[in-house]
Amino acid sequence: MERGEKIVKRIDTAKEAKQNPSYFEALVELLFQLADDDFIISFRGSEWLGLAPHIEEDVALSSITQNTMGHASLYYHLLEDLDIGNADKLAHERQAVERRNASYFERKNGEGSYLQEPYYDWALTVVRQFLFETMKKVKLETIINSSYQPLADIANKVLMEQPYHLAHWRMWLKQLLGSTEEAQNKVQFQLEAAWPACADIIGLGPKAFELEKHHLIAGEDYLRKQWLKELEQSLSLPSSLFVDNHPARGRYGEHTADLDQALSTLSEVYNSDQKAVW
Amino acid sequence: MELKQKEIYETLKKVDDPELTAVSVVDLGMVHKVSIDGGTVSITMVPTFAGCPALDFIQKNVQTAVQKLHWVMDCQVTFSFQLTWSTTSITNHGKQQLKKHGIAPPPENYIPGDEWTVDCPYCGSAFTSMENVFGPTACRSILYCAACKNPFEAMKPVLDHHTIT
Repeated sequence: MERGEKIVKRIDTAKEAKQNPSYFEALVELLFQLADDDFIISFRGSEWLGLAPHIEEDVALSSITQNTMGHASLYYHLLEDLDIGNADKLAHERQAVERRNASYFERKNGEGSYLQEPYYDWALTVVRQFLFETMKKVKLETIINSSYQPLADIANKVLMEQPYHLAHWRMWLKQLLGSTEEAQNKVQFQLEAAWPACADIIGLGPKAFELEKHHLIAGEDYLRKQWLKELEQSLSLPSSLFVDNHPARGRYGEHTADLDQALSTLSEVYNSDQKAVW
Repeated sequence: MELKQKEIYETLKKVDDPELTAVSVVDLGMVHKVSIDGGTVSITMVPTFAGCPALDFIQKNVQTAVQKLHWVMDCQVTFSFQLTWSTTSITNHGKQQLKKHGIAPPPENYIPGDEWTVDCPYCGSAFTSMENVFGPTACRSILYCAACKNPFEAMKPVLDHHTIT
């Protein structure tokens, strides 16, 4: 689906999308990946509330998190339109094995817990948010040409807001890399810890072939190439970037215990009264 | 029909964004289309920021205001994502209203991802600096005026991806 390729057939409605089972299944898979990524990264972001390095960062991270949660909600509603289930239920009730976010995004912010001695790692957050936002940009820039028009519309909308998020994390990364030796070491350590997960982050999971075939998103090779280009503008990269050796591959439903912790915390209020009206 | 359309728009000009009081949904550029079929009114609106929690309230407020018109039996309000809202949709009147309330309108020459600045809405000075791109709501930033020593807010510019690449 790179630019300049042949015109693809547009699917304008959920009803039309459901007529071809292969198309429908691939679309649902992609929507879950997009929704679950935004959802879990927002949860980890929200755990910094009141703990960020300074007050302006607290405002910034909260704002980014709120907006990203809004993006997750848009994708869950697209799934609702496809009769997959109610958006709130899809966000709150699905088990870890059903989740399609990259497992790297679910990792705890650090040692301790939010209420008891949160020794969170700001370097992990800066590195992770930066890798996430660059991935998001690369994927969405091809999804604006997606064969599923309702998704292409959403992608266009999200891409208008997202440059602010990416610019924020790029700024943090540059500042920390140009700062003290301790800051540089912490960032470098987190970058090296992230590399094994790169294939899972930019990858499209078990239906990668169908996703490309149906022109829902560009193929993995193209995404990797573009992602590399984006990352290289801010970082020097190791040669082994895309070796698929992360122990948990989230796009395949393989997750870590950290996701269970996240799900039980984030759904605690929801589960206390599922019938409550918000 | 013309008269009815006009009446609806006049009504919508009095429905403010709950987080930007004194700026109506019309002046924000959120009203896309008003269709009237007898006593049934359908309004298509364009959402501002995706994560904006005010959208549900705006939808309800628009509906309530329109249903107060004596000839309106039913009013449906839907948000459409086929059209994209950008800060260029804000009317001149909307910009004036923003300024009156200490919020600078978005800059005209913004390039997505780049830094930007605006003049102070209080004293008009260009001697301002960005304190935080992110502010109290998704659509606002926090700046500081070194001339009149006031902190102030500004509407964060957003542009349609297609128009800039």
